[in-house]
Amino acid sequence: MMLLEADRLSITFGGVRAIDGASLAVASGQVFSIIGPNGSGKTTLLNLVSGLYTPQDGAIHLAGETVTGLAPEQLARRGLSRTFQNLQIFSRMSVLQNVMVGRHRHERTGIFADLLHWPSVARQNAATRAAALAALARVGLVEAAARPAGSLAYGALKRLEIARALASEPRLLLLDEPAAGCNPVETQEIDQAIRSLVKEGITVVLVEHDMRLVMNISDRVHVLARGRTLAEGTPHEVRANAEVIEAYLGVHGSREAAHALD
Amino acid sequence: MNLRALSVTRLLPVVAVAALVLILPLFFPSAYYYRVGALVLIFALAVVGLNLLMGFAGQVSLGHAGFLGIGAYAVAIGPVQFGAPSWLCLFAGAILSGIVAFAVGRPILKLKGHYLAVATLGFGLLVAIVLTNEANWTGGPDGMNVPALKLFGWRVHGSDVWYWIAGATFVGGFLLALNLMDSPTGRALQAIHDSEIAARVLGIDVARKKLVVFIISAVYASVAGSYLALFNGLVTPDLAGFLGSIELVAMVVLGGMGSIVGSLVGAAVLVVLPQALTVFHDYEQALLGLIVMVFMIFLRQGIVPSLAGVFAGWRK
Repeated sequence: MMLLEADRLSITFGGVRAIDGASLAVASGQVFSIIGPNGSGKTTLLNLVSGLYTPQDGAIHLAGETVTGLAPEQLARRGLSRTFQNLQIFSRMSVLQNVMVGRHRHERTGIFADLLHWPSVARQNAATRAAALAALARVGLVEAAARPAGSLAYGALKRLEIARALASEPRLLLLDEPAAGCNPVETQEIDQAIRSLVKEGITVVLVEHDMRLVMNISDRVHVLARGRTLAEGTPHEVRANAEVIEAYLGVHGSREAAHALD
Repeated sequence: MNLRALSVTRLLPVVAVAALVLILPLFFPSAYYYRVGALVLIFALAVVGLNLLMGFAGQVSLGHAGFLGIGAYAVAIGPVQFGAPSWLCLFAGAILSGIVAFAVGRPILKLKGHYLAVATLGFGLLVAIVLTNEANWTGGPDGMNVPALKLFGWRVHGSDVWYWIAGATFVGGFLLALNLMDSPTGRALQAIHDSEIAARVLGIDVARKKLVVFIISAVYASVAGSYLALFNGLVTPDLAGFLGSIELVAMVVLGGMGSIVGSLVGAAVLVVLPQALTVFHDYEQALLGLIVMVFMIFLRQGIVPSLAGVFAGWRK
């Protein structure tokens, strides 16, 4: 079954067609990577799919339902979550509280109960806390739970965003350059984290420049160039595609990709 | 940490503040001190509400004295023009403030930063102008007398009585604010402060949460306004004016954005200082400004968070 289908999406910013008729079809349980040169529209495509932008043309379907133009919070309630290339951390809150916010869509208390700290709120807080700690454990950040989020190192913040998205129990998780700026050890940790998500049945859409990570982990690779689909296929097919090599991978990139597959 | 220990740490500040309110009068040499104490507590109530909006949710309001005005005139106009009991008018004023906050907040809370500040500023001015111009109802710029509050046939008056009423209400408002922050709604509000985009992606209805906290903060201000009017026995449109709004914001920032205890400290400093500085006659205002500037230069996160940071540093 196709969990996410984007059909001929287009959006224009100041006369520039940032996305120009790109289509995606992501099957349940896949790791689906989107690659492409800088400015090819990868993040814009994620912003369209997660509801931050509304496409001027085209349609988006999530699990068979048409969700074009729905707000991010409405998509979140349908099981879509994402992380950000430029981190969006709640830096004034603790690490644990950040992840607790991720539980928001599962929390069931009203404003009057919240003001009066009704027993239901205490129970809710305890459940939220337990689930948040479990999500932190999955990315190896339990030790840091009580620290202010702003004090974490860059790689840890990347994993904190993943934990926060996981806490919302998404069906579909969009990761925008989770390994950008990470050292090889941190990249390895993110690779592990993604693999464990997939095992639990979460479908992952990955935007990433690290070819080694992409080629290692993906079921399908979608290549974007100037807002259009250039190619799509398995990592092997994409690596062998002459157009892709010319547009993006280049000699160095294709060698790295080849190395990753050998 | 188990759950019981958690709820004890949560209630600790409430107990400490309640004890402070109870013990302080032992050191009051005259009724005048009760009067200043009552004023501090009434303003602190409004400041706690505004701090929920500004310090936690990160949304500024430069028109919050407008809600003070609605609460104050509710307990003035209701009894005088309609013969309604004051306590009922206090509740009616709070509900009216909530409705006005809903109606005003829906369009303007979409705005951000300076734009929101100017829009709320406009709202505050609007309330002050209506209160000044509708002289048949409000007595115009000279204001109007406010009949004393009557509860069960007992006429509530005197600085000491109002000190206790204001104290009890403040502790209640303080508790509700702490409760709110340790709840799903409170976490959502703090998340909105740092990243609206991340909050939305996690399923938080940002517009709705902002509206909720705006309404709550309006109700806090309205109750404080009613108390002020009943306590003073007089109300003028100045209460709802621009300077009133700025004073509330200054109390929030001085005490510490996002610090509920700071709300009490900020209100105390800005109510007590002008009284203490009257000995300097013509230089009173200048000195007040200077002291506030010095506070903000050396304790730039506000008094309570900055000092808490210093103490935490010492412990290490």
